[in-house]
Amino acid sequence: MRSFWWKALGTILVLYSVIAGLLGPVPVLPIVHESIRTLYYHLPMWFSMFLMYGISVVYSIKYLSSGKEEYDLMAVESINVGIVFCFFGLISGSFWASVTWGDPWPSDPKLNGSAIATLMYLAYLVLRSSLNEEQKRAKISAIYNIFAFPIMIVLMYILPKLTDSLHPASGGNGGFGQFDLDNSMRLVLYPGIIGWMLLALWMLSIRYRYRIILFQKNQ
Amino acid sequence: MNLFGQVKYLVGKDIRLEWRSKYALNGMLLYVVSTVFVCYQAFKKLDPITWNVLFWIILLFASINTIARSFVHEGQGRQLYYYTLVSAQAVIISKIVYNVLLMLLLSAVAFFVYSIIFKHQLGDPLLYLVSVLLGALGFASIFTMVSAISSKATNSGTLMAILSFPVIIPLLLFLIKLSKNAMDGLDRSVSYNEVIVLVAINLITISISLLLFPYLWRD
Repeated sequence: MRSFWWKALGTILVLYSVIAGLLGPVPVLPIVHESIRTLYYHLPMWFSMFLMYGISVVYSIKYLSSGKEEYDLMAVESINVGIVFCFFGLISGSFWASVTWGDPWPSDPKLNGSAIATLMYLAYLVLRSSLNEEQKRAKISAIYNIFAFPIMIVLMYILPKLTDSLHPASGGNGGFGQFDLDNSMRLVLYPGIIGWMLLALWMLSIRYRYRIILFQKNQ
Repeated sequence: MNLFGQVKYLVGKDIRLEWRSKYALNGMLLYVVSTVFVCYQAFKKLDPITWNVLFWIILLFASINTIARSFVHEGQGRQLYYYTLVSAQAVIISKIVYNVLLMLLLSAVAFFVYSIIFKHQLGDPLLYLVSVLLGALGFASIFTMVSAISSKATNSGTLMAILSFPVIIPLLLFLIKLSKNAMDGLDRSVSYNEVIVLVAINLITISISLLLFPYLWRD
């Protein structure tokens, strides 16, 4: 993971999506207008968050089956990074909503689901800080993490699909693909998603290495 | 002894313990009755939506208070003793079964008292009872696992609420929707979707609890 190329690739892709996202052509739509460009920054945040939470659940399972401290550090750091992306997703989303829906936080299952999922992961951090013994903390928080992950998926993905929603791609609405007739948005969006995910991985690897050094110093 | 025998024995033990001390059981029933009465004094009269939601909120708090003590009231020493005698799965299954029985009793009493004090016509009483049954099952299975997690920490009371509220919300939303359908006396085919999702949530949480509890228990 220390090699250079993927960090450079991530940086280039993010730069490309920021510049092309602001300058490139977008479909002209009523109500949404130019705010459709928020899509380039809103969607990658959630993809990166799902990637981080997914990594953390994998490492929690690995921790439970092997008991290595390093896996626990990886799990907690990926949740830390994931929460940052989740907050940026919420902020960009409520900015977009205030332009198009006229309200930064309308009562909508997709929005409320993601807010509740955020509370769940903040509760994970509270749970960690309330346990003092290191091994016990690692084990119990790994168990809660695995328990919370499927419920997070239900809250953010399945529940909004089953009920009425304002949000695209839930409650029977189509996704943004239906407006992107000449695929010009996809050319910016997909590289952007990959770029932000690589950036999240980079942040994770830095934080993880920092924690490993701290851990070895305490030994 | 095989798994079934162990579960049967442990459930019997829990019931006998409860019956001998009685104060917990009576306290819990009194808690429900007095909460309903406080709500009656405060609200006087309710419109249908509030009637339904208030019932579930009362049941939610009553069940959190009841189930939170399912692991705390037995000391560490006795847990260790069980560990030498029976398998971990038997312990968690017996706790879930016992809590389901407790919740059935609790919700039956709550429903009885509630519908006497706040009179209201139900469109489809049988479906409403099904939703109460599914609710008792779901509350019991989720809260049992969360109380097992929070009993390991120091201030378990606060932690129980923080950890379980976000986790219970999807279940609660579906329960409220299903019972609202039953209250309005809609055709039953409308509600199949909700029933299936509720059963699925229950199955998922019970199977995750079975998988994770052995790790939690090994201390």
